[in-house]
Amino acid sequence: MAINHLAPEQTEQFADNIVGFARALRSAGMPVGPGAVIDAMSALQVIDIGNRADVFTTLEAIFVKRHEHALIFRQAFNLFFRASEEWKHMLDSVPLPEQAKKKPQAGARRVQEAMSQPRMTETPQHQEQDLRLSVSDKEILQKKDFAQMSAAEITEALRAVERMRLPQAELLTRRHRPDPRGLRLDLRRTLRASLRTGGDIIDIHRLGRIEKPAPIVALLDISGSMNEYTRLFLHFLHAIGDARKRVSVFLFGTRLTNVTRALRQRDPDEALASCSASVEDWAGGTRISASLHNFNKLWARRVLSQGAIVLLISDGLEREADSRLAFEMDRLHRSCRRLIWLNPLLRFGGFEAKAQGIKMMLPHVDEFRPVHNLSSIQELITTLSRPLPPHHRSLIRSAA
Amino acid sequence: MTSAANTSGANTMPASVDAMLELLTSRGYLAERSLATVTYLSLRMGRPLFLEGEAGVGKTEIAKVLSAALGRKLIRLQCYEGLDVSSAVYEWNSAAQMIAIRMAEAAGDTDRDQLSSDIFADRYMIKRPLLQALEPDVAGPPVLLIDELDRADEAFEAYLLEILSDFQVTIPEFGTVKAPHPPIVIITSNRTREIHDALKRRCLYHWVDYPAAERELAIVKTRVPGISAKLSQQVVRFVQALRNQDFYKSPGVAETIDWATALSELDARSLTPQVVGDTLGALLKYQDDITRMQGDTLQKVLKEATSEN
Repeated sequence: MAINHLAPEQTEQFADNIVGFARALRSAGMPVGPGAVIDAMSALQVIDIGNRADVFTTLEAIFVKRHEHALIFRQAFNLFFRASEEWKHMLDSVPLPEQAKKKPQAGARRVQEAMSQPRMTETPQHQEQDLRLSVSDKEILQKKDFAQMSAAEITEALRAVERMRLPQAELLTRRHRPDPRGLRLDLRRTLRASLRTGGDIIDIHRLGRIEKPAPIVALLDISGSMNEYTRLFLHFLHAIGDARKRVSVFLFGTRLTNVTRALRQRDPDEALASCSASVEDWAGGTRISASLHNFNKLWARRVLSQGAIVLLISDGLEREADSRLAFEMDRLHRSCRRLIWLNPLLRFGGFEAKAQGIKMMLPHVDEFRPVHNLSSIQELITTLSRPLPPHHRSLIRSAA
Repeated sequence: MTSAANTSGANTMPASVDAMLELLTSRGYLAERSLATVTYLSLRMGRPLFLEGEAGVGKTEIAKVLSAALGRKLIRLQCYEGLDVSSAVYEWNSAAQMIAIRMAEAAGDTDRDQLSSDIFADRYMIKRPLLQALEPDVAGPPVLLIDELDRADEAFEAYLLEILSDFQVTIPEFGTVKAPHPPIVIITSNRTREIHDALKRRCLYHWVDYPAAERELAIVKTRVPGISAKLSQQVVRFVQALRNQDFYKSPGVAETIDWATALSELDARSLTPQVVGDTLGALLKYQDDITRMQGDTLQKVLKEATSEN
């Protein structure tokens, strides 16, 4: 049994310390619940708390549940258990994870600074008058390039995007459920049913395979040249992320950021705000090949393992196109079920793949599609909803 | 708190982190102190231990060593996509049940209730690892190893969460099976997908990293008896240098041991470009990585590994 080798007043002091430490971790953005605090208390009863390293490991095992929090924990621990009064003003220098900076206002302001043209910040009342669009307006809206929309049109487009729901594009899983037309015999249910008739088998119960939507992994380019589109795509990804749980989203410009968790928030604006708070390099340059390399190395195995479809949303304007780019594209292509490249540049009728980067990337995608207006997004949804073909290598070019 | 049934022959629980470290070392598992600490804690607190890390760093091995050292039964559940209740927990032996029904008919028993309670009895149940782990064991609660949980799907994870919270399984035709003492649970993951937070919250989490050079050297000497001091040193240096390179898949400790074994089988005295080139497949498992190791990189790493200092 646990040996309590602390004097009561010591225990109290210790409890205060642990509670304070947990609070500090929470303010640094780590999810630490009261359960973990209780665990920590009981764990510290059974180890020698004179040994700092053991205390560290013990608390780490309880408070850190994700590898990426280990760094924050280490710094917090070193700060907290060295001098607690220093903690408060030292906290600012701890490299907090981005979820920690939970100030939607600030985040929202950054979104606006980073992504919107001045016309985006019009007053809501003004927008409401503009929103009464006639049917013919709607048709125009369907075809209009995002880059040329006014604020009101953008708002309307966003609404359209938010209404979009992916029908279920299905992968067969290896799970079964009762299905009268299934191929497998459900012996257990058959037997239980047979008992009602004293052991005679009258109904054969069958099992069919459950279908589940394929996971989607989106890699979204947020460099300057894609500025007009980024926000809409994020809205789109947020919209489909609601309906299907398995959507991972990465943003890349000069570096790669995973914003999957930030996008999980229910409210689209809040989700976008926390996304923008977690990204360092809005509207900067692009380093597609370096970003792809990072994705392949750090994330591919963690998010592509279940037959994922990859959406690469980028204009492919890479300055430093070299053989690395082709190599990384190839690797990405080989590690996912389908690679769909969405390129807003395709809106130009006479678009040709002249840029070096685009030429290098093209051989490695399964589909190459325009995505610059509502109807192209609709088409994309249709594509994603189709039953998945086997891995074919054809290149579908559809003109807008 | 689990109080281990201290029967004769079964080893007692280690009483401190140091004792845990000693216990693992005595079985040839050279653990980092941090790993020994969380293992000790998981025993003391009766919490599952969740080990995540690259392939081949000794996650699975610790469960084997622990069960041997504590004299407990090791029950292993290897996860894969589509793992379901019938292959993880239990399954009814339908063929035997049908025979029983026919026998009852032939004998003229027509009491339906009696029949159904007869054929849903314990002996017609095929017990799979999770149910086995809940059953009492004379040597004390078994070690349940749930290996590569990331390969199973989310549905299984949710089910597991239920089992790990109260260590009981409800079987509709049979009733509830509850473990008298919860088993020692070790869950491993190679992170081919993120495991849900809810499950991690129930466990003690530890990231198992590649060992430092001295520890790896000690591991090689323990696991590859008869390897020369010079060669083992070079092997470890070479592997450590490889991990600093930007490879798609760095070699784990298991690969180091394999490679050292391969080299000593080939009677290599020290690393030469020829020998390394021939045996690189024991270390690197991706063609791209092997291609990158040709030529200059190989020379450079080899020079680093074989320089005397």
